[in-house]
Amino acid sequence: MRRHLLSAADLTRADAELVLETAEEMRSLADRPIKKLPALRGRTVVNLFFEDSTRTRISFEAAAKRLSADVINFSAKGSSLSKGESLKDTSLTLEAMGADAVVVRHWASGAPHLLANAGWSRSSVVNAGDGTHEHPTQALLDAFTMWRHLASGTGQSLDGRRVAIVGDVLHSRVARSNALLLKTLGAEVTLVAPPTLLPVGVEGWDVETSYDLDAVLPKADVVMMLRVQRERMNASFFPTVREYSRRYGLDGRRMSTLQDHTIVMHPGPMIRGMEITADVADSDRSVIVEQVSNGVAVRMAVLYLLLGGSESALGGPGDASGGDDQ
Amino acid sequence: MPAQPAAPPGSTHPAPETPTAGSFAPTSGRTVLDERDITRGLTRIAHEILERNKGATDLVLLGIPSRGVPLAERIAAKMASVEGVDVPVGSLDVTMYRDDLRMRPARTLLPTEIPPGGLDGKVVVLVDDVLFSGRTIRAALDAINDVGRPRAVQLAVLVDRGHRQLPIRADFVGKNLPTSLAEKVAVRLIEFDGRDGVTITGPDAPGGTTSAGGTASAGGTGAR
Repeated sequence: MRRHLLSAADLTRADAELVLETAEEMRSLADRPIKKLPALRGRTVVNLFFEDSTRTRISFEAAAKRLSADVINFSAKGSSLSKGESLKDTSLTLEAMGADAVVVRHWASGAPHLLANAGWSRSSVVNAGDGTHEHPTQALLDAFTMWRHLASGTGQSLDGRRVAIVGDVLHSRVARSNALLLKTLGAEVTLVAPPTLLPVGVEGWDVETSYDLDAVLPKADVVMMLRVQRERMNASFFPTVREYSRRYGLDGRRMSTLQDHTIVMHPGPMIRGMEITADVADSDRSVIVEQVSNGVAVRMAVLYLLLGGSESALGGPGDASGGDDQ
Repeated sequence: MPAQPAAPPGSTHPAPETPTAGSFAPTSGRTVLDERDITRGLTRIAHEILERNKGATDLVLLGIPSRGVPLAERIAAKMASVEGVDVPVGSLDVTMYRDDLRMRPARTLLPTEIPPGGLDGKVVVLVDDVLFSGRTIRAALDAINDVGRPRAVQLAVLVDRGHRQLPIRADFVGKNLPTSLAEKVAVRLIEFDGRDGVTITGPDAPGGTTSAGGTASAGGTGAR
């Protein structure tokens, strides 16, 4: 039984669809006067954030609170974490406090894996973004948003839908998790970036790559713009911001070449004028604000499925690969 | 759905001729309500609800998934043909309100759809297939509490099989069915199972080996 959510690759198609269907039910809660469900009453969820993130932490916090869990926020700034405490000691502390789940964001790729598999604690670990590695709940909320727009109705799927992920793929855990999950769900992913911003080994991702945004846009059902992560950049990856946005930015002219049903997404935070212009971000095609509210529903679904019962509902007994967390 | 063996030797009534749906195994157990009995029971319940509430004003029918929902829809259809009124029908999933939620693996959520008018000030009639321990209904009352404040809540069930574990009773009952705890009651509806029927499986029968003592509802088949 899978107790953790560390990578989008951990999810089978059945698991991923269970999360999306559960999220659909969770989403209806937002329309009710009392936005509270009792599923995680008495459980403790710790948000352990070693890296700044307002929206992901707030989203997890809202999700856990709407399920009636107790939420403890533990951020690196202003805590013992900034005094040099090791991940192991932090983990032992949280275990001693009785945390049932730890939602962890870390600047080091692989930190959630270590937390989950080192045997320091028994709590479930949810990866909320580790370095340039993965961000599985972001991929789930993106897939949920696509699913609602492009696969509405029961029995529908994202099979054969074309998703273009555009921008700083190299530093993007969102792109990696999305590529993995969307492939599981049957969609076709094309990564569009300058050669310097595509990771080494991208051939092994089983996705298409392109350097030419204008050629990809007319065929896409979804265009996902990524932020250029300058805080992670230790070299020159492109000459100037202006050149980058002329070649890889989404503006009104490029948007007019999209199909009528195509949606524009962005995981946020977005830099208007760089990868996306204001008129695109505010247009009818943009589902960027909806992604935020879907994020709460998807995280509720993940927490419910991992913690709601006596054991996790993900990676069911019939799933042979479900036992280990490799 | 687990493969169901053929009718055990103890079954007295073989299944009435039915449009069998593909994978459907023959009935195991004794048929206590057939298609026509179910229709008559629901017709009577529809009349009783209208009689008790002096019409359909402010009525809302909430089915408890999965089999309570089509039952609620059928009762609403009867009301429409009797009174010529459209009673709002919704569904109310009680999964997250169950008292045994954390004793079993996390369960798939079922749809909750509250009719547009909401529940405030309405007379809510909960509809379910089998009333057994009463724990499902307790969970439903909690769930309603989080959605709104109805003027009254009433309960309609197709089968009351007894063995209550909580002080809960039904207002409208299709059929009172005395059972032993070791027996299993299965409700089949066209919407899910391809045909209508209520059967009892005895303790010696292959389907009835698990003691149903603590479970909230023993209704439904393996698909549930």
